[in-house]
Amino acid sequence: MSLTLEQVQRIAHLARIEVSESEALATQGHLNGIFQLIEQMQAVDTSGVEPMAHAQDLSQRLRDDVVSETDRRAAYQAVAPEVEAGLYLVPKVIE
Amino acid sequence: MNQWEVVIGIETHAQLATVSKIFSGASTAFGAEPNTQACAVDLALPGVLPVLNKKAVECAIRFGLAIGAEVAQKSVFARKNYFYPDLPKGYQISQMDLPVVVGGNITLQVGQGDKAYEKVVRLTRAHLEEDAGKSLHEDFHGKSGIDLNRAGTPLLEIVSEPDMRSSDEAVAYAKALHALVRWIGICDGNMQEGSFRCDANVSVRPKGQAEFGTRREIKNLNSFRFLKEAIDFEVQWQINEIEEGRKIQQATVLFDPDSGETRMMRSKEDAHDYRYFPDPDLLPLIISSDWINRVKGELPELPGQKRERFVNELGLSAYDAITLTASQEMADYFESTVAIAGKANAKPCANWVMVDLAARLNKEGKELVESPVSAAQLAGLIQRIADNTISNNIAKKVFEALWNGEGATADDVIEKQGLKQITDSGAIEALVDEVLAANPANVAEFKAGKEKAFNALVGQVMKAAKGKANPQQVNDLLRQKLAAG
Repeated sequence: MSLTLEQVQRIAHLARIEVSESEALATQGHLNGIFQLIEQMQAVDTSGVEPMAHAQDLSQRLRDDVVSETDRRAAYQAVAPEVEAGLYLVPKVIE
Repeated sequence: MNQWEVVIGIETHAQLATVSKIFSGASTAFGAEPNTQACAVDLALPGVLPVLNKKAVECAIRFGLAIGAEVAQKSVFARKNYFYPDLPKGYQISQMDLPVVVGGNITLQVGQGDKAYEKVVRLTRAHLEEDAGKSLHEDFHGKSGIDLNRAGTPLLEIVSEPDMRSSDEAVAYAKALHALVRWIGICDGNMQEGSFRCDANVSVRPKGQAEFGTRREIKNLNSFRFLKEAIDFEVQWQINEIEEGRKIQQATVLFDPDSGETRMMRSKEDAHDYRYFPDPDLLPLIISSDWINRVKGELPELPGQKRERFVNELGLSAYDAITLTASQEMADYFESTVAIAGKANAKPCANWVMVDLAARLNKEGKELVESPVSAAQLAGLIQRIADNTISNNIAKKVFEALWNGEGATADDVIEKQGLKQITDSGAIEALVDEVLAANPANVAEFKAGKEKAFNALVGQVMKAAKGKANPQQVNDLLRQKLAAG
C-alpha cells in the first residue's frame, strides 16, 4: 500500500498541519517508507496472537468518585489570550 | 405509488450519575459559573493524565446487566480525533473496537389500549466516553465563548440496532430506555439539562426490500416530542425526494423545533474522519467477574422481572404489567396501593392507577409524584369498593373529594358526605316498590320484552337512592319483583 499526494494533503488537513507542495512530496516519501516497513511486518504469521491495546501489560487503575478539584479559574484564565464573563473567547465557530 | 417502510436506529447519550468527571476530580454539578468546574485535566493542560472514575464504570456494568448484555471483561479506550474549540485536547476519549457493553435488548410497549403491541429492540453496544464543553455563539465582539464545565462529564453512549419501524416505536424505545436508566440509578434523565439526548438514524425503503435505504442522522433531540416530530418530518422528506426521482445522500441533519423541519448540517463528503486509535494514556479496563457479580447483587428488581411478577402473582394482564412498570414511580405507587388494599384487589388497583388517577393527573398536567391522592388514600378507597361500602360510581366522587383535600381518608369522606351505600335489602325493597308503582309504563314495556325498560327502572331506583343503593342488589330485587308480578 502506498499513499497518493492527495491523501498526504488530506491527512495534513485533518491534523491542521500546513504543508507546502514540496513538503508534501517529501512527507509522502517518508510515509510510504513506513508503509513498506509495515508491509514487511504483515508477512509475519500472527494467528493466535491477541491484538495488543497497550504496550504495558497492566490494567487501568480506577479512582473513587470524589470531587478533589477546587475552582482555579482565575489562575487558568490569567494565561488565556482572551476571556469574558468567565468564558474563554475563540474565533467565531459555527458549524 | 410505493409502500414505504421506515427504518430507525437510535444512539443515546446518557449522562452518568457521578459527582466527579470521568477522568478528573472536577465536579459535574449542573449550573455552575462558567469554567469554575474545569480543572487542568479537563482543560488539557500539558502534562496531565486521565484517571478513570470507578463509579462511571460501575454505571456501565449496571446498565449491561439490566439489559441482559455481555459486560466486557476487557475494554479499551480510544481517541476520537477532531478539532473544535470546546474540545481542548483535540480528541474525545471514547471506546471504539472494544466497548464495555455488548448486545442486550429492551422490551417495550408501543401504542395504547387495543392497538398496543409489545416489541423487543436489540442493542448493539454501549460505551463510556467523555462529554465536550459548550460553545456560546452569542456575540462576544464577533467571537465565540467557551465554557468547559461540561468537558469530561461521563457519558454512556447506547446504540440500538435499526429495529424500529415508526416514530411511535422510536419514542416508545426512547421512553423505555429513559425509564430504565433512571430505574437503575445511573442517570437522572433530566432532558432539559441535556442528561439524556438522542440521535436518530432514519432511512426508508420500499416494503419488502431487504437492503436498507441510505440513512440520514438527526442530531441532538432532547425531548420525546422533538424526536417524534423530527422523524415524521424526515421520513416524509425522504419519501418525497425518492418519489420525485432524487437519491438520498448520507448526511447529518439538525432539527429546528420552531419550523418543525430538519436541515443538513454536513454531507458525507465533509463527514468527520475521526482516526480512532487506542489511547496510550489509558490502560485496558479490566472488569473482574467478582465485580460484575457484586453489582448484579445490588441491582433493584428490574422492570422485566416486576412485569413477570405482576402477571404471575397478581394476575394482571401483560398490557397492565407493562404500563405499570413504565417508570419506577408508577410501579412504586401501584405496589404501595396493593400492599394496603390486598393482592385480591390488584386488578382494581391497577385500573385506578392506570385509568382514573392517570387521567386526573393528565388533566392537571401533574406528575405522579405530585399526586394529591396518596397510594394509601387510594388503597383505602378501593377497599371500600371491595367491601361494598360504596359503588364504583360513588367511588369516583370520593376520589374527587380526596383529590380536592376534602377528607384525609376515603372513610372520612364517605362519613362526612353520607355516601355509604345502602345495602339494607328492606330499604332497597321499599325503593323498588315505589319505583314500580310510579312507572307502570316501563313495567309494561319490560314485560313486552324490552330490556331497555329494565335499565330505565334501575336508573329510577338509583335516582331515588341518590346513587347510594348497591347496584347488584337493586338489579336482583327488580328482577325478582318483575318476575313475580
